[in-house]
Amino acid sequence: MRKRPRVLLFLAGWLATMVASATDATLFSAALTTTPPSRIDELVFGQLRQLKIQPAEPCSDAVFVRRVYLDVIGTLPSAVEAREFILDRRPNKRAALIDRLLERDEFADYWAMKWSDLLRVKAEFPINLWPNAAQAYHRWIRDSLRENKPYDRFARELLTASGSNFREPPVNFYRAVQSKEPPALARAVALTFMGVRADRWPSNQLAGLAAFFAQVGYKSTVEWKEEIVFNDPASTNVAVYLGPTRRARFPDGKTITLPADRDPREVFADWLITPKNPWFTRNIANRVWSWLLRRGIIHEPDDIRPDNPPGNPQLLAHLENELVAADYDLKQLFRLILNSRVYQLSSVPGDESPEAAAHFACYPLRRLEAEVLIDAINQITGSSEKYSSAIPEPFTFIPEDMRSIALPDGSITSPFLELFGRPPRDTGLESERNNRVTAAQRLHLLNSSHIQRKIEQSRLVQDHSQSRKPPREIATGLYLGILSRFPTEEELQAAEAYANSGKVRPREAVVDLAWALMNSAEFLHRH
Amino acid sequence: MEKSLDRDATRVWRSLGAPLTRREALRRCLFGAGGLLLLNGWGLQSFAATRPAKAKSVIQVWLWGGPCHIDTFDPKPEAGRDYCGPLDSPIETNVSGIRIGQLLPTLAKQADKFSIIRSLTHGNNGHETAAYMVQTGHNAGGRDVYPSAGAVVSLFKGYDAGYQGLIPPYIVLTEPQGRFSEAGFLGGKYKPFATGGDPGRPVFEVEGVVAAGISEQRQRERRSLLQKLNTLGKAMPGDATLKTLYASEDQAYELILGDAGKLFDLTREPADLRDRYGRNTFGQSCLMARRLVEKGVPYVTINYKGWDTHKQHFQAMNRKLPELDKGLATLLDDLAQRGLLDSTIVWVSGEFGRTPKVQWEAPWNGGRNHFGKVFSAVVAGGGFKGGQVVGASNATGEEVRERPVYPCDLLGSMYELLGIDPQAPLPHPQGQQVHVLPLASEGVKSGGRLREIM
Repeated sequence: MRKRPRVLLFLAGWLATMVASATDATLFSAALTTTPPSRIDELVFGQLRQLKIQPAEPCSDAVFVRRVYLDVIGTLPSAVEAREFILDRRPNKRAALIDRLLERDEFADYWAMKWSDLLRVKAEFPINLWPNAAQAYHRWIRDSLRENKPYDRFARELLTASGSNFREPPVNFYRAVQSKEPPALARAVALTFMGVRADRWPSNQLAGLAAFFAQVGYKSTVEWKEEIVFNDPASTNVAVYLGPTRRARFPDGKTITLPADRDPREVFADWLITPKNPWFTRNIANRVWSWLLRRGIIHEPDDIRPDNPPGNPQLLAHLENELVAADYDLKQLFRLILNSRVYQLSSVPGDESPEAAAHFACYPLRRLEAEVLIDAINQITGSSEKYSSAIPEPFTFIPEDMRSIALPDGSITSPFLELFGRPPRDTGLESERNNRVTAAQRLHLLNSSHIQRKIEQSRLVQDHSQSRKPPREIATGLYLGILSRFPTEEELQAAEAYANSGKVRPREAVVDLAWALMNSAEFLHRH
Repeated sequence: MEKSLDRDATRVWRSLGAPLTRREALRRCLFGAGGLLLLNGWGLQSFAATRPAKAKSVIQVWLWGGPCHIDTFDPKPEAGRDYCGPLDSPIETNVSGIRIGQLLPTLAKQADKFSIIRSLTHGNNGHETAAYMVQTGHNAGGRDVYPSAGAVVSLFKGYDAGYQGLIPPYIVLTEPQGRFSEAGFLGGKYKPFATGGDPGRPVFEVEGVVAAGISEQRQRERRSLLQKLNTLGKAMPGDATLKTLYASEDQAYELILGDAGKLFDLTREPADLRDRYGRNTFGQSCLMARRLVEKGVPYVTINYKGWDTHKQHFQAMNRKLPELDKGLATLLDDLAQRGLLDSTIVWVSGEFGRTPKVQWEAPWNGGRNHFGKVFSAVVAGGGFKGGQVVGASNATGEEVRERPVYPCDLLGSMYELLGIDPQAPLPHPQGQQVHVLPLASEGVKSGGRLREIM
C-alpha cells in the first residue's frame, strides 16, 4: 500500500493545482458522498430529522484521510499517503483505506494504549504492577488486539486467568488495582466490563458481587516481584465475603450458591459473558462508539445506570446486535462505524446547538491525545523523544525512537506527556485522560526549545530551505506533511507573502511556516 | 522593574491548567462562583483558604531519594564509625545545644531561623509510597490518589482563591517529581508548572517562556502568520473548543511577550549574592524560589535529586552537602533580610532517611539503604519558630525515642499556618467524601501538630 503508482505521481503536479484552488468552503466539506448509506445513518439521521437538527455536510477526502488515520491507528498519514488518497479517484477508496488501516501494526499499538489506560497498566504507584509484569501485560493486550481476539474471549481470559504475573499476563488484571480486597476487585470488574460505577450501588449489591472474588489469592515466589494469582478456597477473605452459605449475588439481583469445586470467577464470567447479559455487550458497543465519536450513546460511557439512558436507544441496540452477530469481532464494529456517513460528517457544524453535538450531527473537534500529538510532531520532524521511568530497579530501557503510543507502561513517561494530559492510570476511568487545551501546553508548543529544536533540525525544513524551490512549492510540501492536505490559494499567497516580506531570512520563513502549521488549530485537533 | 508583570495580565492568566474561557466565564455567571463545582455535586462549596494565615507561601526543598538524617540534622558521633563513617565531627550551631552535620557550616550560623524535626516516621521504605505519604499525609493503598501539598495549596490559595499573579501558583524547579501524579484526583489543573531549563546556566531557559534566538519582532511576525493561516478556525468561528485554544494562546503570549522573562532572569541579581547561593543548579534554584515567593507565588518546589545513595554514600555527601549548605543557608538569610521569612514556610525533607548503619561491604562500599522508621526534616519561617528541636531518635538514629511526628502532623501544621483547614473537604471527581488530611476516624497514625514550634 505504500507503493507510489507512477501515474499518480505524474498527475500529482497539475492535479495539485486543481485541488489547491479549492476554496475554504470545499476544503473541509464535500457536497456529495460516495459512501453508501447504512443502518447507523438511518437511525442517527432519522433522529436528527425528528429533532429538526441540520447535520453537517459530508467531510472532504482530505479531512477523511487525516481523521481516519488518527482515529484508527493514532498516527498521522505521511505526505505521500495523504496525497495518494486525495488524488485517488476510485469511489470505494474510503472503505478500502479503512480495511487497510485496521490491519496495520499501529492499530494494535494505539488500541493497546487505550486498553492499558482502562486496565491501568503501570509499574508504579499506586498500581504497582512493577516493570516486568507491566511489560508482559501490555504485550498480551497488544497481541490480543493484533490477532483480533474476540472480545468475549479477551474478557474471559482477564477475568479467569490464574498463574504467574510474568507468565500468565492476564492475571495482572487482579493486580492492577489499588486495593486487592474483594470489594475493590468487584468495583474494577464492574467498571471495566459493565461500564458501571459500583461505588454508587447499595452496599448489599456490591457485597454480593465481591463474593465472587473472595477466593482470589496472591502469593509471591523467590523471583523478584513475581506474584502468583490463583483460586484460593482457603483465603481468609472467604469467611468475610462469602461466608459458610457460599451465597453470592449477581448484579441483576439473582443469587447463587457457589459450588466448592469451581473457581467463583468462572461462575461470574459465565453469567457476564453472554449475549443475553444486559451489561456486557452494551458496555463495549457504547465504548467503541464513544472512542470514535467522542461521546457515548450513553454518556459518560463508564457511567451506565438506569437514570442515564442512551440518547439513541435503537442505535445502541443496533450496534449490540451487530457485535453479537459478528461473534464479538471488535474490528467489525469499528468497520461498521467508520464506514457510516455519520462518522464521515464534516466537523463544521450545520447546527451549533449542544443538542446537535449530543446527537452526532457533526464530527466533534478533539485535541489530539498527548501521545498521538508528540508522535505526529516526531514523524513530521524526524525526531525522537527521551522517556524515563522513575523505577530504579530493574532499570527499564526505553529506546528513544519508540513511539509514544507504543509505550508499554504508564510509568514510562516524559514531561511532554505529563503536560498534555496523559492519564495517570490510577482509576481506569475514561475521564482520566485530559485533552483540554491549557495555556501551559500552548506555551510549550509555541515557544519551547523542545519543539523549536525539532522543527529547526528537521529534514523537512532543511531540505526545503536548501532547495531553490519557489515558496509555493515549499508550502505545498509542508501542508501535505503537516496538515495532510493541499493548501488553498489564499494560504499559498499568505505563505508567499511571508517568505517575500523581507522581515525574516529564507530559512526562517520555512521554519516559521512549519511552526505555524504545527501550531494551527487544524493540526492540534482531530477534525 | 517588574511591576508591569502583574498589572497587564492578571485577569488573563487565570490558571495554567484551566484557562477561563468565555464559555466558562458565562457558566460561572449562570451558576455563581461555584457553578462548575455544582456540576460535580459540590454545591456552593468554596475552596478558598478562609482562616487567618501567618504564611503566604511555601518553598519545599525536596531531597529526592532520601537524605541521611545522621549525616545532616541528627548527628550521632557517639555511635562510632559503623554509623557515622568519616562524618563523625558534628558542629555546634548559633543555638546552644543544637549540633548538626559537619558539612553544613553555613547553615550552622542560621540555626536560630529553623527548627529540626528529628522524629519523623512512617515506616515505609519504598520511594514511591514513602514520597506519597510524606507529601500527602495519607497512607498509600487506598482507592484514591490524594493530591500533594503543592496541589492542595494551589487549590486553596491559587486562582480559585483569588490569586491574580501572572506566574502559575505552583511551580517546580526544574523537573516534575514523577513517581505519583502530584495533583492526584484533583486533576491536571493543579499540577505544578515545571520550568525545565537550568537556573545554574548563564541563561535560565524556562521552557516556553524564554526562547533563545527568536527576536521579539519575529515572535510577533510568527503570531500574525499563525492567525492568517487559521483556515479551520475561520470555517468554524463559533466552536467552543477553539475558543479555549485561543484563550490559552492569548495567555501564553502574555508570558512570551510580557515581562515574565525578567522574573526568570537571574542576572538581575547582584553577582555576590548569586555566589553566596552557590553557582550550581540547586543554589540558583533557591534564589529563583525567593524571587517567585517575592512575587506572591504560593508554592514552589525545588526538586533536588541525587540523594538515593546506596553506593559510595560518603563521596556523594561530600559533593552534595556543601551545595545544600550554601543554597539553603543563603535562602534563609536572604528571606529574613527581605522580611519574607515571616510569611514563607521553608520545608526541607526527603521521602525517608537512610539506614544509620553503614553498609561497608561490596557492592555498596560504604552505602546506606532506605529508612522510613525515623528521619529528619527542617522547617523554617511562616510561623514556625527557629532554633528548636522537635522529638529525638535513639542513640544510633534507628528508632524514634520521643515525640513521633508523622507526615500528616507536619503537613497539618503547615496547612494551619497557611490558613487551610486540614479537615476541609476536597472536590472529588466521583463525589466521594474526602478531606485534605485523613480524619481521626481513618486510623492514620498521628503524634499531633507541631504546637511546640508554632
